[in-house]
Amino acid sequence: MSFDRRLALIVLAPGALLGLWLLGGAGLLYAALGPADRAAVTDTLAPLIDSHGMLVVLWWFLAALGAGVVALRLHAIYGEAPARLADATRVLAGDAAAPPLPPQSGTGMRALGEAINALAGQRRALQDDMARLIAEASRDVALQRDQLAALMAELEQSVVVLNLEGRILLYNARARALFRTLSQAPGGVAGAELIGLGRSIHAVIDRALIDHAREGIARRIARGDARASARFVTTTPLGHLIQVSLAPVRAAADDKGDVTGFVLLLDDITDEYEARSRQDRRWLDLSEASRASFASMQAALDMLDYPDLEPADRERFQAVVRDEVGVMSQRLTTLAADASHDMKTRWPLQDMLGADLAAAAAQRITAETGQAVDTAGVDADLWLSVDSFALIQALAFLAARLSETLKAPNLALRLAPAGGRAHLDLAFQGAGAGLGPGLDLAGWQTRPMQTEDAPSPLTVRDVVERHGGELWLEHARDGSGALFRFLLPVAAGTVAPVPAPGDSRPAYYDFDLFAASAQSRESDDRPLGEIAYTVFDTETTGLDPAGGDEILQIGATRIVNGRLLASECFDQLVDPKRSIPEAGIAVHGIRPEMVRGKPTLPQVLPAFHAFAADTVLVGHNVAFDMRFLTLKENASGVRFDQPVLDTLLLAAIVHPGEDSHGLEAMAARLGIAVSGRHTALGDALATAEIFLKLLPLLRQRGIVTLGQARAAAQTSYYARLRY
Amino acid sequence: MTPQSGPAPTIGAVACTKVLIADDEPNIVVSLEFMMKREGFDVLVARDGRQALDTIRREHPRLVLLDATMPGMSGFDVCEAVRADADVRSTCIVMLTAKGRETDMARGVGAGADAYVTKPFSTRDLVQQVKDMLARDSAARAVAASNAAAGEMPKDLPA
Repeated sequence: MSFDRRLALIVLAPGALLGLWLLGGAGLLYAALGPADRAAVTDTLAPLIDSHGMLVVLWWFLAALGAGVVALRLHAIYGEAPARLADATRVLAGDAAAPPLPPQSGTGMRALGEAINALAGQRRALQDDMARLIAEASRDVALQRDQLAALMAELEQSVVVLNLEGRILLYNARARALFRTLSQAPGGVAGAELIGLGRSIHAVIDRALIDHAREGIARRIARGDARASARFVTTTPLGHLIQVSLAPVRAAADDKGDVTGFVLLLDDITDEYEARSRQDRRWLDLSEASRASFASMQAALDMLDYPDLEPADRERFQAVVRDEVGVMSQRLTTLAADASHDMKTRWPLQDMLGADLAAAAAQRITAETGQAVDTAGVDADLWLSVDSFALIQALAFLAARLSETLKAPNLALRLAPAGGRAHLDLAFQGAGAGLGPGLDLAGWQTRPMQTEDAPSPLTVRDVVERHGGELWLEHARDGSGALFRFLLPVAAGTVAPVPAPGDSRPAYYDFDLFAASAQSRESDDRPLGEIAYTVFDTETTGLDPAGGDEILQIGATRIVNGRLLASECFDQLVDPKRSIPEAGIAVHGIRPEMVRGKPTLPQVLPAFHAFAADTVLVGHNVAFDMRFLTLKENASGVRFDQPVLDTLLLAAIVHPGEDSHGLEAMAARLGIAVSGRHTALGDALATAEIFLKLLPLLRQRGIVTLGQARAAAQTSYYARLRY
Repeated sequence: MTPQSGPAPTIGAVACTKVLIADDEPNIVVSLEFMMKREGFDVLVARDGRQALDTIRREHPRLVLLDATMPGMSGFDVCEAVRADADVRSTCIVMLTAKGRETDMARGVGAGADAYVTKPFSTRDLVQQVKDMLARDSAARAVAASNAAAGEMPKDLPA
């Protein structure tokens, strides 16, 4: 029944009932009369109907009107107001943040409204409390995670954490540096195609090896070994030997829970292995060569035992012995030289810039002896491999002894390369007699280094031996001074520098991936928020790939689990092997000399393909970029057949009324600051941020899965335009 | 059979027995050659593996003193080739080697050497070993010959 008809019924019903009541009363009275009285009443009233009938009807109508108004009013108070109150209360029930109920009319209703408001207020406060508690708790968790990640980042060892699928959910900076050395991709990519959150470790380490290690661990866990772990060595395509230690991550702290993932410690043991092999080889060669020489010597000596040898024969065999002795000593000389060159001290040394070491030592010496130290003669670029604490202690100890013995030692530190090693000199000038026999220089070297605040059982000589080095005292020819010269190992200089974290800590972990099983679902059914994306952009020589325009630059970044991983990026200039029009240079700023010597597209595309493996491609007006990629399929041998999303089309869905869906207009509309506009990577990063902002807007329109997004994009207005 | 015993066999027992010395180290060859000649052997010398194999095939020496480590074709390779060649299969092979590991010795014996002597060694002991081996070999050949006469000759001579 519609609202109007019900209202009409409410208004008319009292009048109708009153009329019926009156007519009923009259009928009853009439029926109770006898025939004579009925005739008399009829006779009396019949003439009156014409003259006074209208009056009666009017009287009834007034009463009906009054009753209708009263009924309407009662309905408003007791029918409509409670219904409105109920609606408003329902809104409040659904959303604690909804505005409170307006004051009601009528005492009862007002009281009811106030009671409901009070209840809602209480609930709101409770919810706020809860939200605050949750926020605090998750802040603690987030803090702990960040601390863990920071800890991992500082570790000297390469750490990678995997989920059961072999996907990476944490890695540290050292691991990233290691993977960079394993990468075959051009320099601008360098490992980013191998290591990344959500990527599979199997791109680097054979799946069968990891599976084998996992089976071993599972067997040991089944036997009750709580500390099961596995270790193996694998070779990479570039010939590196990687030693892998694999330990399970258990769900519960007591080592009894299910295995939810694995921690991998990776070590590049190539150099170590080669050094050891070289050493073994050398030992084997020496033993074989010596045996041969000794055999020749022994045989010759046996011959010399014959008493009846001709003098000529005797001379021959003696020559053999002399010859072999010569060969042996030559061999030993070579061996000793090689071995000492290769000999590594067992003491863990760290790489340190020599100038830093000298500055620290000078400071310490000045603090302990009060003597100024001249460091002008320190080579500024020489890296040493040292135990800096012990070495500074030794220098300070010697300097302290010198300043005790000599009046004005004029101390100076000097550092210079010497062959494959370095000379670190502590020079001093003896005030005449000071440099005489009074100096117990040998004693200083072998006495424990007792200083006031730092007693040490070490001697200076111990420190020298720790470095596999030497120490001696050298006197100037003119007798003006002398120096303690430390012969120290220099740093190999092959250590890959670990990139310093930028202004924001790079996202090296995502523990939500522990539970991820994105691959198990059909890709079109996957929620947009759970998919891994590669967001990319290209700069090109022009707009017509079929007409010979080429890609100049590819930039890309990743989105995993709804997070932009700006530190996992792909940034590569490409040699187009053709001229670059001036008009384009004005836009992208890539000049011919910048791309000369860079890899060509058929070299870059396989790396980009690996970078984008297992992800959905996202770009702004991406059909344009895709045409360049597909045209090169034959030349590069890689196909980009994964799903593709276009932020331009998605934007047209969520903002159908807007005219411009250009990158800049959208960034402004969504409140995104763009830096590096018109570099491929800058545009890719902006596109990625736009895409992340579009996701919730799409959800409001019921677009949740990849399939829905692709379908919606296809029907969007812009999709019907031709690029 | 009766292997010859005693330190000093007569020169006649080995007279004109062809022996090959194969070693790339001239300093040991000079002594071995001198001694073997003195002992009455007909001595041939080869400077590498290829030359040694050619000499064995051409001259059919009764015994080879074979150095294991020679450039190009190693002593192990020569040994395997000799054992695979029906013409010279019965040649006695004494492998001389500077390799001292058990694995090397196993390889030498596996490849078919009759004896494996690690350098350095006493030349007198070596000479004695060579003479013993030749005497055993002669006896075995005699048995084989009479078996052949009786019509039940095994195709292969025991080493």
